[in-house]
Amino acid sequence: MLPNVNDKSVLAVFKLVKAPIYSHCFSSDRSLLAITCETSCLVYRLTNINSQPKLVATLANHDKTITAVDISIHGRIVTCSQDRNAYVWEPLSDGSYKPTLVLLRINRAATSVSWAPNGYKFAVGSSARIIAVCYYEQENNWWVSKHIKKPIKSTINCLSWHENGVLLAAGGTDGFIRVFSGFIKGLDTKEAVAGSPWGSKFPFGSLIKELYQGSYIHDVEWRSKIEKVAYVAHDGTLNILDSQGGLQSVNSPDGLPFRSLAWINDHEIVCAGYSCHPILFSEASQGWKFAKNLDKVADAAQTPVATGEGEEGEDDNGTFGISALRKFKELDLKGKVTTSVKESAHENAIMELAPFAESNGQVTQISSCGLDGKIVLYTV
Amino acid sequence: MSQSLRPYLTAVRFSLEAALTLSNFSSQEVERHNRPEVEVPNTNAELLLQPMHISRNEHEQVLIEPSVNSIRVSLKVKQADEIEQILVHMFTRFLEQRAESFYILRRVPIEGYSISFLITNKHTESMKTDKLIDFIIEFMEDVDKEISEIKLFLNARARFTAEAYLGEFVY
Repeated sequence: MLPNVNDKSVLAVFKLVKAPIYSHCFSSDRSLLAITCETSCLVYRLTNINSQPKLVATLANHDKTITAVDISIHGRIVTCSQDRNAYVWEPLSDGSYKPTLVLLRINRAATSVSWAPNGYKFAVGSSARIIAVCYYEQENNWWVSKHIKKPIKSTINCLSWHENGVLLAAGGTDGFIRVFSGFIKGLDTKEAVAGSPWGSKFPFGSLIKELYQGSYIHDVEWRSKIEKVAYVAHDGTLNILDSQGGLQSVNSPDGLPFRSLAWINDHEIVCAGYSCHPILFSEASQGWKFAKNLDKVADAAQTPVATGEGEEGEDDNGTFGISALRKFKELDLKGKVTTSVKESAHENAIMELAPFAESNGQVTQISSCGLDGKIVLYTV
Repeated sequence: MSQSLRPYLTAVRFSLEAALTLSNFSSQEVERHNRPEVEVPNTNAELLLQPMHISRNEHEQVLIEPSVNSIRVSLKVKQADEIEQILVHMFTRFLEQRAESFYILRRVPIEGYSISFLITNKHTESMKTDKLIDFIIEFMEDVDKEISEIKLFLNARARFTAEAYLGEFVY
């Protein structure tokens, strides 16, 4: 579908479902797109960005809202849901998927899921105040989990793995941003974290760093190369934390909180959230600051327009019944409709951002999903 | 519109805009439940946010109670005398009896207020947030007008009835 907005930054708009999309993920070769849609996960094939993606599979094993989806580098899809379960979907040669239940051992909703960069383990955040780090156990032929419990006090909203596959950043509604170690014996090696500025010993579940933000953390993202972690909070800030505990913070220009962020390069971050359009921040010598809006609706004067009924019944000059009818109709239509001249590509809050295309270590295109059931691709 | 109404409505609009940043949040307390946290007795203090109280005068106030997945907006409609009190009561009762077709209307207003709305993440996901805000602002604008209109009708009717009735006694 061609973008119907006059902004150059919007590459493509795909209206896929009527329900909100809480999470989306592209496969590593960008040919498959998985989205959450109520209690099922829909997998689309994307041939090029000018044509609508084609539905290839529906993953429906959950019986409550799916909260997150992620695709590993090997093409395995993991979904987690408010029904307390997570499934790993193994792609089969005929294009279908084989589900395997993950033994999460949690008794509340699973809220977020993220594959480790090597694709051999993943972490699930939950409302049970637990992070479950799950890995495949050969002997039993299923996915088992180890729990990180302390000192989490509330729901985990977001998770992010460091590129070394050991450090795991998490944020939640308790207002703490925490860095844990997700070291699994037999899967990870000590060499991966040798010389890490975050610490020297990384036993599983140990708390490496903790910082109190004081409001819900909505998303967290590592930038492994420069050993920084960025997060967005409900107070409308974007914060960048480094290994020494140094924190830089910048406010949202329109005052509404962000739901998601994506690193563009070492000095640029795109955020998006309740203001329905992405915002680019960049790091200058004085610290992080607002750089530009992507696809922002110009503040055109909003003109109130009555709904279509205005012209109807022009010719009935004063016949009693008709004019009474019109009077009631007008009463009924009291709620005037204001139409803004231009709409941004997303009509409702953006839930998640993900890098789509990269060149020379610089993200050039990002994808977003929103509550309006759309997937939008932007050029940065 | 009078001078002081404009800033009052603006304050309400921006407060609502900030409060309507809801997420789909499953209960931490009860298994497999997803409930508006502002409505349930809550032991998790972090899920309830600071209530906002906007007051134009003692008769016209708005209370916005935000939480992680729902907000409750309560309005106090101006009631200058006893007739207006009765009218506001009748008017809000009429609406509340039909609450399911108003989606965001709460069946019972909270203590001390005339009418309450309960907006959950389901509503912000299926409706446009700015239109929801427009609706509440418009409601606040219109309800005063409506009540004083009904009051005028009532007075006119009462006068007419009284005249017709007392006319019997005139020779």
